Parts: sequence; C-alpha cells; structure tokens
Amino acid sequence: MAELAPNKAPETAIRGARFLLWLEAWKSFKKNKLAVVGLIIVLIFVFLAVFAPVITPEGINEQKLAERLQPPSSEHWLGTDDFGRDILSRIIHGARISLWVGFVSVIGSIVVGCFLGILAGYYGRWVDTLISRFFDIMLAFPSMLLAIAIVAVLGPSLRNALIAIAIINVPNFGRLIRSKVLSIKQEEYITAAKAIGMRDRRILFHHILPNSMAPIIVQGTLAIATAIIEAAALGFLGLGAEPPTPEWGKMLADSKDYLVQAPWTMFFPGIAIMLTVLGFNLMGDGLRDALDPRMKN
Amino acid sequence: MSESSVLQVNGLKTSFFMDKTEVPAVDHVDFDLKQGEIIAIVGESGCGKSVTSLSIMGLVPHPPGKVVGGEVFFNDEDLLKVSESKMRDIRGNEIAMIFQEPMTSLNPLFTIGNQITEAILIHRKWSKKQAKAKAIEYLKLVGLPRAEALMNEYPHQLSGGMRQRVMIAMAMVCEPKVLIADEPTTALDVTIQSQILALMKRLNQKLNTSIILITHDLGVVSEICERVIVMYAGKIVEEADVKTIFEHPEHPYTKGLIQSVPDIRNKKERLYSIPGNVPIPGSIKKGCRFADRCEFVMDRCREKTPELISIEGDHKVRCFLHQESEEQN
Repeated sequence: MAELAPNKAPETAIRGARFLLWLEAWKSFKKNKLAVVGLIIVLIFVFLAVFAPVITPEGINEQKLAERLQPPSSEHWLGTDDFGRDILSRIIHGARISLWVGFVSVIGSIVVGCFLGILAGYYGRWVDTLISRFFDIMLAFPSMLLAIAIVAVLGPSLRNALIAIAIINVPNFGRLIRSKVLSIKQEEYITAAKAIGMRDRRILFHHILPNSMAPIIVQGTLAIATAIIEAAALGFLGLGAEPPTPEWGKMLADSKDYLVQAPWTMFFPGIAIMLTVLGFNLMGDGLRDALDPRMKN
Repeated sequence: MSESSVLQVNGLKTSFFMDKTEVPAVDHVDFDLKQGEIIAIVGESGCGKSVTSLSIMGLVPHPPGKVVGGEVFFNDEDLLKVSESKMRDIRGNEIAMIFQEPMTSLNPLFTIGNQITEAILIHRKWSKKQAKAKAIEYLKLVGLPRAEALMNEYPHQLSGGMRQRVMIAMAMVCEPKVLIADEPTTALDVTIQSQILALMKRLNQKLNTSIILITHDLGVVSEICERVIVMYAGKIVEEADVKTIFEHPEHPYTKGLIQSVPDIRNKKERLYSIPGNVPIPGSIKKGCRFADRCEFVMDRCREKTPELISIEGDHKVRCFLHQESEEQN
C-alpha cells in the first residue's frame, strides 16, 4: 500500500495503514458466520432505534381502549397491550432506550474503568492496592443488588438506572485493563520508549492504552448485552424507566398480569431483549476471535 | 574525570530487594568510556551486564531494583543524582540504548515512521516535515532500502534484521554521545549479526559516538571492540584491550570463556565449558565469587575477596593468582 502512495502526506498514509489493520480484523470476523448473524441482528436493532419515529405504525402512547389485549393480527402485527397500545411500535421505540442505556453505560464504565485500571497497573504499589481493593469490595456485592442499592439512593429513573449500571461494570473493565497494563508495561517497546526519553503520560496513553484496546472492545460488546439485561431487570422491578416509557423490562412487568389471557404482551418484549442480547454476544465472540493477536501472523 | 572520557562509572552498585533481603546484581563496577571508543561488557547470563546498562540509563525496574551507590558521570553531572525530567532529556538525546529483541522493541500498533519521528520530536522542536526528512535520512544511513516506503510500514512487516536497523536508526537519530547496545545481535542470525556490527562500527566512525556493547558473544567482541570488560556475578573480573584479552587472558573465568568459543582450525572432540553455573546473586557472602567453578582455587579464595589490580598498563584483573605473583616480586 505504501509503495502505491509514496507522495501522500504522512498522516493520511498512516491513517490508511491503520485502516488496513482493521480491514484484516474485518476479514477474519467475516469468516465467522455466527458473528455475522450477531452483527446483522445488532444492525437491525440499531436501524429500528434510529428510525423509530419514521417506521413505527403508531406512537408509544396511543391508547385505544377498544382494541386492548388484541392478539397479533394484520393490523397490529405483535398485538396490543392492556391499554390498547401497539406492541410493535412500543418495542421499536424500546430499542432506542435499551441500546442507549447499553452503549452509554458501557462507555461510561470503560472510561472510568480504564482510567482507574491504568493508574493501578502502571504505578503499582499503594495506588494499585487502593484501586484494586476498591474493585474487590464492589465485586463482593452481587452486581444486581448493588445496582438496586444505587438506584434506591439516587431515586428510580431511567437516567439513574443507567448510572447504576455504569458504576457496577466499572470494576470489570478496571481489572481487565489493569492486567493488560501489567503485561504490556513489561514489553520491551515500553522500555525502549522510556529509553528515548518519553514521558510517563505519553507512554500510558499513546503506547499502553492503544495496545490494550482489543480486549476492551470485546468485553465492551459483551457488556452492552449484560447492561441491556440489567436495564430491563431494573425496569421490571420498577426502578428504571417511568411509565409510559416503552422500556422492554417495564413492558414485561406491566404485562405479567395478563400472562394467561394475552401471552403476546409478554412474549414479544422478551423476544426483543433476547435477540439484542444474543446479537451482541455473538458479535462479541466474533470480535474476540478477530482481534486476538494470536490469530495474526 | 579525564579529558577524553564521556562517561565515567565509579563504584556503581545496584541491588534488587526481595522480601527485604538485598541482592546485589551489580557490585562496585568502575569503568570509563572515552570519546569515540567501543567497549564491550562480557559475561554469562545473569552476571549483571544488563543491569549495569539499565542503571546508567536510570531505567532499573523499581521496585524491586534500586541503584544503591556509586556515581555515573556524564557531562560533569552525576546521572544518579539528576532529576527525572533532566534524565528524560538525556535519554535518547545524549545516551541512547538498543535492545536485544528487535521483534518486541517496536510498538506493534504504530508505523516505523511514526515511531522514529516521535523519537526526534521528543527532543527537538522541529516541524513534522523536518522530523520526517531526518527519519528517512537515518533509515538510509542504517542501510535500509526504500526508506520512504518503510516509513509507512508496521513492525510486523519487517524482518528481525531490518527491525534492529530501525532500532539503531531510532537510537542514533538524535546523535547521542553514547550508545548502549544490550546484546544487539543475539536474536539475529549470523550473517545479519555481522552486518549489524559493521553498521555500528561505521556509525561509530562517522558520528564519533561512543558505544558500550553488552554481549556474551566473544566473536562479536573481537569484531568491533577496542576494550573489553569481563563481568562475573556483578563484579568486573578483568579489563584489558581486546588484543590482550584474547592473547593473554589472566583471569581463570576469562580463560574459560575464550576456550568455550569454537575454533574451526582446532577441531576438538568436545567444546570446553566452564563447570557449574553463575551463582545466584547474593548467595556468596565472602571470598571470590568464581571460587566454586575455578580450577586454580586456593584456600584464600574462599576467605577473602580479591581486589581489581592493574597487572600491566591498562590490564586489570581480580584474582589472587596475580596478586600473589606481585607480592612475591
């Protein structure tokens, strides 16, 4: 590639070469059929979430009491709930909420977790002890219980559920990046970077962090799946979204009284949760294989 | 500090602290390096060669390691006492280092060009364009073909020998006064080894850079070095110019090392090897550290530690065999 473009400015050429690196990963990702299925599922939900207002047949809160608890039909593909609202429309709008919670909470966990993990791994000694014990304490609680406790303190709302989910996932990322930093800082290129007089901060953020990104991306994808489940669980318990927000967990909780009469009210939100989680998990597994350095030559 | 020396090491002592016990890895090492000189530090694995070089650079992994004593004079300053930010200015700029494993000494995520220009821009307030031109100039200087194209390539696209050349280019690009090469050819095959050595010799002559070559390979030593320091278990046991070391080695350890080099003119059934291993650092409390492996061991070797004495001009040796002969005279 470099031979083809000797006259390019160095920055563009470097960016092009990095793009090649991702192309390699994409090629090996593509070979994994299940991972591609996962990616397609995720893309479908992302598409639904982005274009929700355009593609949904009805709004999220159009109550038609005459049409309550109707089974799936050509008019309401997935039936209606106890207020006569179209379940398909609510699920599509729900995708917005679940994906939003999933992405934002995981990004929050990654930022905080990476920062703490890098400090712990690179500086070691008392910094490491302090941060690692803090993680240990957090991991000692069952994560769901901790999330419930945090929401109980902050007050139930979708935003607070998101914050709680972000907090409980911090130690997972922190530990992951700490272990990665511990192994990378032993690498000879880090000593070599020090030997050319590089500053600690630059070594941390320009050499150690990018080299520990692959497992973070994989773990992040898988964590989005768990975050979606956790958001649904908090919603189910009434600690997440407020009505009439079409949050999937909340929809499950609202429909549990009609389980016998109208099983579709519960079935379809459940399927939606399952499919997104499955999609992210398949994609995460595929990414793990694609980004595994041992697979490269 | 004598007129022509660029680097002077006095009584350097570096220890590792394991479970509160102090294990000296480098024990009172003294030497000086003259302008434009190539010296070799030779010894088996684990005898303190690499720790010596890391101590000079201030890069001893801490914890558990720590420089506990001595002085390293460079430009009339003791490097062991200067601030970390001052030390950063010296590293790479005035004293550079290259490492044993060219396969892992480059960051796999960045291009060659990126890494060399970064090395320049740390120490020089140049524009990116200037730095890039300089990087290409040095890639050419170390004998790499198609330097411009290489700038955009990743380390995994290069062979070991090419990567070591890149490392040398990166180390030399700020024109340091001293280059420390820690086993630069150990991981390379023989033909590449001699090319890399020739390159270092050429750079030494062209840029007048002093080189400390750390190696366990006496073949490498004989090829390019002027003076040799033989280390054993953290101490210097013999020091002389390269000719003397090969023709009249005086310390039993040096003799053993030289005998262990295969010689094509003199095919023996079995290659000589020094019996035993380097003692675990800190395990020998008194006496000569080589005593247990020495064929000429005497009672006093186990009692007292011999001093490093000069036996003829610059030829110094740490052995009672020679102290005795001096005392008898």
